[in-house]
Amino acid sequence: MRRAALAIVSTVAALVMLLSFKTHSVSSSRPAAIGAANTGDGSATGGDSGSTAPPSTATSTHAGSTKGGSSSAAKTYTGDSTDTQWGPVQVQITVQSGKITKVAVVDYPHGNPRDDEINSYALPQLVQATMSAQSAHIDTVSGATVTSDGYLGSLQSALDRAGL
Amino acid sequence: MSRTVSRAVTTLEAPPRTRYVEHCMGTVFSVDVRDRGEWSAAIDDLVDWLHRVDEVFSPFKPGSDVSRLARGELRLADADPEVRTVLELCAEVSATTEGTFTALVDGRIDPTGLVKGWAVERASALLRRHGSANHAVNGGGDVQLAGEAAPGRPWTVGIVDPNDRTRVLTTVEGRDFAVASSGPAERGAHIRDPFTGRPAAGLAGTTVVGPSLTRADAYATAAFVMGRDAVRWIAGVPEYAVLAVFPGGATVASRGWPPAGR
Repeated sequence: MRRAALAIVSTVAALVMLLSFKTHSVSSSRPAAIGAANTGDGSATGGDSGSTAPPSTATSTHAGSTKGGSSSAAKTYTGDSTDTQWGPVQVQITVQSGKITKVAVVDYPHGNPRDDEINSYALPQLVQATMSAQSAHIDTVSGATVTSDGYLGSLQSALDRAGL
Repeated sequence: MSRTVSRAVTTLEAPPRTRYVEHCMGTVFSVDVRDRGEWSAAIDDLVDWLHRVDEVFSPFKPGSDVSRLARGELRLADADPEVRTVLELCAEVSATTEGTFTALVDGRIDPTGLVKGWAVERASALLRRHGSANHAVNGGGDVQLAGEAAPGRPWTVGIVDPNDRTRVLTTVEGRDFAVASSGPAERGAHIRDPFTGRPAAGLAGTTVVGPSLTRADAYATAAFVMGRDAVRWIAGVPEYAVLAVFPGGATVASRGWPPAGR
């Protein structure tokens, strides 16, 4: 069981890494502001490890241009739910002043003790990898071929929408 | 073939950036144009190009030219003319890599190891024809870079640590260059040694830098198969450099690494 959890964790971390470092090269092809504005950092982080309820995301896709200079207010973007071999996974990121300030998995496979382990361990890695990408000034990333399956699509779509 | 991503393009005020992502060939292609302007027509062409490559070259599509060639149902003379172009490039790379790279898998034509890099390099050329001198096209981790990231600032490419994919092992800076990586990290042990028929297992990953992504992509695969010998081999290939990463974390690079000030 633990092995399975670790496998998931490493997959999560790998995909997040690829995505997070790719934020500079990934498109904002479908700009869509989804969900409510995040009010702050401290109080919101508690939800990362516990809540299993997917938020009701009202998908409002507008094909215009995204923010130019009005990005100082925190905004939350939710990716499409993507089926992985473990079940549906959905990722949400919060962006403030053009930087990712928070990454959360809002939906993930339930009904198994390993879920708790994933959430207590993978999420900090998600955030850490994303944050370090933000400070690295990397334009794009090279690595062994990325597949478009699974979790990748979910976080990627969130990042695409954030337009980073 | 349904496109999962809308083709709308967002252009930000400053700095000028147009970004676009397309899922194709089982991977993700990211386009990042750093020139001012309206690039939706160029990106439409680019997307059409990628899907055309997939239709012609995919070994997973029974109706592709490559699949039909492999089954003996199509003659090369009757295939899409790009097939001949790619097979000639495969022959060139096979010679350069002393047979380590091959487009023959179990006696069947399969140029997959070169097609993605080639498609990305051609996509970059397509953007240049549309007037973009500064852009990055990334095909699932293989990148062709044109011009620079911003006036006076070269592109910075992070290289994933194949032993810990949450980390960037190192970065490479440059202008007008290509970076390709190879390894089993995401797709499992998919790279076979053509001389033994077994999965190559000596290295955790390789990254090759050079002017052409077509070659860099194939060279990275060949270098992965060669293992430790890759460094010595690439010393004889002008303009290309390799970084090889071992499973324990040790790295070895060819003399041309890191490629400075391209």
